[in-house]
Amino acid sequence: MSEQPLFKVTIDNITIEVPAGTTILNAARKIGGEVAPPAMCYYSKLEGSGGKCRTCLVEVSKGSEKDPRPMPKLVASCRTTVMDGMEVKNITSEKVIDARNGVVEFLLINHPLDCPVCDQAGECHLQDLSYNHGKEGTRFEFQKRVFKKHDLGPYIQLHMTRCILCYRCVFTADQLTGKREHGVLDRGDHAEIATFIEKSLENEFIGNVIDVCPVGALTDKTFRFKNRVWFLKPMDAHRDCPTCSGKVTLWNRGDEVYRVTARKDQWGEVEDWICNTCRFEKKNTSDWVIEGPRLIDRHSVIAQGHYAGSIGMNKPNETFKAVHNGREPKLLMDIHSVSNVNRPEITLSKLDRPAHSSDFKPNQD
Amino acid sequence: MQALTNRRKEVGREPMTFMERIYIPSILKGMGITFSHLFKKQPTIQYPEQKREFSPVFRGLHVLNRDEEGRERCTACGLCAVACPAEAITMEAAERVEGEESKYREEKYAAKYEINMLRCIFCGLCEEACPKDAIYLSETFAPANYNRKGFVYGKDDLLIPNPKTDPEAYAKAKGEPRTNN
Repeated sequence: MSEQPLFKVTIDNITIEVPAGTTILNAARKIGGEVAPPAMCYYSKLEGSGGKCRTCLVEVSKGSEKDPRPMPKLVASCRTTVMDGMEVKNITSEKVIDARNGVVEFLLINHPLDCPVCDQAGECHLQDLSYNHGKEGTRFEFQKRVFKKHDLGPYIQLHMTRCILCYRCVFTADQLTGKREHGVLDRGDHAEIATFIEKSLENEFIGNVIDVCPVGALTDKTFRFKNRVWFLKPMDAHRDCPTCSGKVTLWNRGDEVYRVTARKDQWGEVEDWICNTCRFEKKNTSDWVIEGPRLIDRHSVIAQGHYAGSIGMNKPNETFKAVHNGREPKLLMDIHSVSNVNRPEITLSKLDRPAHSSDFKPNQD
Repeated sequence: MQALTNRRKEVGREPMTFMERIYIPSILKGMGITFSHLFKKQPTIQYPEQKREFSPVFRGLHVLNRDEEGRERCTACGLCAVACPAEAITMEAAERVEGEESKYREEKYAAKYEINMLRCIFCGLCEEACPKDAIYLSETFAPANYNRKGFVYGKDDLLIPNPKTDPEAYAKAKGEPRTNN
C-alpha cells in the first residue's frame, strides 16, 4: 500500500488528488463543505457500511482519462472508487438533486415524522436531509409501518418506526462488540432491527449504536425525554477509563450531566468509541475532567444561544462587589421561589428512566 | 428657509401692541379651543368598564391548547422556547404513563411549562414555531400586578378549560363569536 498512485479527480469543478482506491465520497469529503454528498448509511469507521440508503448518489460525467464516457446511471459515491481523470458532479448536477429528492421521499415514506417527541431531533441526519431536500407534503396515502415493541434492555430505546434500515448499528454490534446479538430480521417492508429472542444487549460497547444511528431509532434510555439537545451545553470532557478512551462530550444543563455521548466529527461520525460505563453510569460532573465547550457547527440548532470558543467560557467580570464595598447584589426575586421549572431538589438527570408525573408530585402546582 | 407647514409663525422681537398687552383676546382664544373639545368625540375610553375591541391579529396572553377530547396538545418539543427571542419560555418534559392517555395526547408531554410574562415581548414566534397547534396568543393581555411573582405563568394559568369535563368554563373562555367582519 506504500506506492499508491495518486488519482486526479474533479468533483463539482474542484480538482483534488487522492490515492487510488478512495471512494468518491471520501474524495469529496477531503474537499469538504457542500461538495461532500450526504450519507445516511455509510460510516467511515465501520467496514462494509454504505450502499444502502442511496442519498450519496452522484453523477459521473467522465469515467476516467482513458475511458472518458460518462457512467450511464447515477452511482452511489460511497461505494464507487475514483479513477484517474474522473469528473464527478454532485450539487452542480440537476439529475443528482432530483434523485436525492426522490430518495428522501422514499426514506420518509415510512418515517413517522414524530420529531417533536423524538430525542434525536436537532442532531438527526434525516431531519437535516429532509430540510434540504424534502417536499412539504407527502404523496403516500397508506398506513405507515407499525411494529411490535422490542425492549433492548435498560439503556437503549428502540423505535423501529423511525428506522431507515441503514445497517450501521448491525455493523457496529458486529465489529465493535465481537458478538452480534441483534440484526435485521425479515425482509422488505417488514425488515426490522431486533435482538434475537428479545435478549438484552450486554456488551460493554453496545451503547455506540446510539451514536451511530442517523435517525432516532436507537436513543439513550437514560436521556429519554429529559431535555432537548439544543437546551443543553455540550462540553468536551475525559476520564481515565480502563475499557475505552474516555474522551466524550457531556451534555450539561447547569451542573447536571444529562447525557454523555462520544465526540462526533463534522460528518457526524464518532471520533472514539466509548464504553457503556462512560455513557450511562457517569452522570456526575465530578466524574469528568472538563476540557471546554465543544465547538458545534453554527448552522446547527444546538449552537443556538451558545457562543463558541473563548466567549463561552469567560464569565463576565462582576464589578458590583468591588464598587459597593464587598456587598453582594440584593436579589429582588429568587427565580426558584416563583418558577416550578428546574427545581433544585429534582434532579432529572439522575433518573435512569424518563421522568413521570410522579417525579413532579411533591411540589405540584 | 422653506417652511415645512403653513402653520409656522414668525417670532419677532418688536414690543407688543396694546391688544397683545391686555392678554384678554389671547386668553379667550385659548379657552375657546379648550371648550370646543368638550363637544368633540372623545378619543379615550373608560378602560375597566369599557373595553376596546382587539384586532383579529392581536397577539396577547398565551393559551395552551387542548384537542377535542380535552387532551393537552403540547409535547414539550421545545421549539417555542428555542424560537423565543426573549427566552421567556421554559419547560420540563415527562413520559406519559399508563392511565394518563386521556390527559395527554402524545407519549411525551410538558410536565411543567412556564412563560415569564415579564420577559415575553408578544411577538408570536412561539405560536408560529409550534408543530402541534398547542400554543396560541389570545386576544387579551396579561393583567397588571403589584409584584413580579404574578407574572410567571404556569400550566394552570395557561391551559384552556377542558371541553369534556368542564364545558361551561370552556364556552366562557371561548367567548362570543366575532360579529363584525
